[in-house]
Amino acid sequence: MNTKTIKNKRVNLSDLIQKIIIYAILVLISIVILTPIFWIVSSSFNSGTSLFSSSLIPKNPTLIHYKELFTETDFPKWYVNTLKIATINMIISVIITTLSAYSFSRFKFKGRKQGLMAMMILQMFPGFLAMTAIFILLSKLGLINSHWGLILVYAGGQIPYNTWLCKGYFDGIPRSLDEAAKIDGASNMTIFIKIILPLARPIITLVALTNFMGPWFDFIFPQIILKSADKKTLAMGLFEWVQKQQNTQFTRFAAGAILVAIPITLLFVYLQKHIVEGLSSGATKG
Amino acid sequence: MKRSKKSTIFSVLFMGLGQIFNKEIFKGIMFAIIEIVTILNFTYFIRSITGLITLGVKGQYFVDGVVKGDHSIFLMIEGLIAIAILTLVILVYIFNILDAKRVGEEIEKGVKSLGTKEFIKYVWDKYFPHIMITPAFMFTIFFIVLPIVFTVAVAFTNYSSPNHLPPRNLVDWVGFQNFKDIINLKIWNNTFLHVGLWTIIFAVVTTTCNYFVGLMLALLTNSKGIKLKKVFRTIFILPYAIPAFISLLIMRLAFSGPGPVNNMLASIGLEKIPFFTDPFMAKIMVLIICVWLGAPYFMALMSGVLTNIDMSLYEASEIDGATKWQQFSKITLPLVLFQTMPLLIMSFAYNFNNFAMIYLLTDGNPVNGSFKYAGDTDILISWIYKMTKDQNQYHMASVITIILFIFVAGISAFSFSKTKAFKEEDMM
Repeated sequence: MNTKTIKNKRVNLSDLIQKIIIYAILVLISIVILTPIFWIVSSSFNSGTSLFSSSLIPKNPTLIHYKELFTETDFPKWYVNTLKIATINMIISVIITTLSAYSFSRFKFKGRKQGLMAMMILQMFPGFLAMTAIFILLSKLGLINSHWGLILVYAGGQIPYNTWLCKGYFDGIPRSLDEAAKIDGASNMTIFIKIILPLARPIITLVALTNFMGPWFDFIFPQIILKSADKKTLAMGLFEWVQKQQNTQFTRFAAGAILVAIPITLLFVYLQKHIVEGLSSGATKG
Repeated sequence: MKRSKKSTIFSVLFMGLGQIFNKEIFKGIMFAIIEIVTILNFTYFIRSITGLITLGVKGQYFVDGVVKGDHSIFLMIEGLIAIAILTLVILVYIFNILDAKRVGEEIEKGVKSLGTKEFIKYVWDKYFPHIMITPAFMFTIFFIVLPIVFTVAVAFTNYSSPNHLPPRNLVDWVGFQNFKDIINLKIWNNTFLHVGLWTIIFAVVTTTCNYFVGLMLALLTNSKGIKLKKVFRTIFILPYAIPAFISLLIMRLAFSGPGPVNNMLASIGLEKIPFFTDPFMAKIMVLIICVWLGAPYFMALMSGVLTNIDMSLYEASEIDGATKWQQFSKITLPLVLFQTMPLLIMSFAYNFNNFAMIYLLTDGNPVNGSFKYAGDTDILISWIYKMTKDQNQYHMASVITIILFIFVAGISAFSFSKTKAFKEEDMM
């Protein structure tokens, strides 16, 4: 055996060890991530109702909790409410945000810079800290315990951040395209609809998606604005199950949580490239 | 007298008069309607603004089931709304004068004034961006700016339980008293310092850990010769993809007193661990779970950055005999840091206000007796929330909100001023 092959073998051996270590770490992290998820999934099939009796592998797997969700609770109603709020919020938000981002990106007018600066600062303010004012404002408008009140708050609150995000993206679309269209006699609105919107599809997808998903996660504003049981949203309802009857409603919570998490998670994993790209381009470009 | 001067004077006297004088009837009537409506509501403005200044003279009481007296907080909001509307009217008024002057001058020069139809088309073209921004502007004013102004105003009142809580009692303006209290009163400044310090530790540790754990995950899933890369990456992205409020509640239950983790420990004969009831342990748990939740975001981000690094850099360094560690610290890390710096700072600002994390996981508990309305794991924002929602200490909540906002906005403005976008903006 000459020295060369010995060296090669040593390299192979250390490579092998390295690989084994990497695989070990990967598997370990996967376990850390998957265990809580596995636990909640198996809990939802558990025959008991409480946290005490839940075991990692259910003894008598049952679908009863899923059935109960639809027969004994307001869960289906909450699902419809959330879907409705999310959809309307998405539509309103996208329209308002893209229009104002287009104006900020393409036109010069008095107060433009101040407006941008103001939005930059306003987006730093966590909206729910002003909940007292929002509550009184909505009760003046008669929108307490109304889904429209919630939608207005969501659609209003997202404007500063998302306008910035969209404006940054619109800035990247070459102006020569607008100018060419203008020479051909296109109006501002036509340019916006026919040129900017199609080219800005990635960022609009992101804004639409985040606005659609927002109401599924938010448990703060519904608690402030909505009062009656049939108006609740999913996040609010599930949160109350855990908060109020921590131990007795546990398996029901598990089943409900899974029915909420599955569609959102799938949507997210499917669109993750879009989301991450949009977030990073928005943050680095402004 | 010149036409432009006359029409200007007319418009100063009454909105729209100058326009009508210039034969722009439609425009003139529009302006006039705004002024007439404002004047008809004159008493409303006076009443609202007086209410804002006095905050009411007598608390609310019932006479034969009818509410009488004043509600300070409603008066305050009404006053603020009235001021907002009045400001808009004044802006229109100024605009009306300038417009009358400009049109008057144009007529002097012999430019024909526009008919109604042409006028609408002209406005649509010239003020297109203004019109497009109007909805966003109105939303921002009423749902963001107004609530913020209200919150700031409350910091200068004594709006709090038990003695200054409407509807039964009135609220008064107290100037800077609350700011003095938070510095001088032991119980307040002790809580503020401790909670503030923990907030900074929490934000720094979680952001740094998320960043480097994320980088590690990205390096692992990107390393050469590893199979099932896609499977691992999908597993690792899960904590970011699952709605956070669900995973946080799951964690809260899993590590709670009677939860499965303690059950398992008990079943193998070990003692139960007070995950969320011991102050120090609770803080550690919060940090660990925050990394579980936050690292995948950075992993997803950095996978993109890593694949964009020029491979020839590594090949060249290998020829020069660089070790793996040298490659990492001299090539990978600087390049990744450079590209993700703004996001790192954004993430810090986000974690500083990571309300859901604390509220859902521990609700600020365990309770600490030496703190005012705060627990050991409370960060500033969750403390503010508790003071507002549960304790009715609106005045102090507002004071802390102002301090918090200035701090976070300062950091963000600083990081933003370094970005390319801002510098380009300057040149326009």
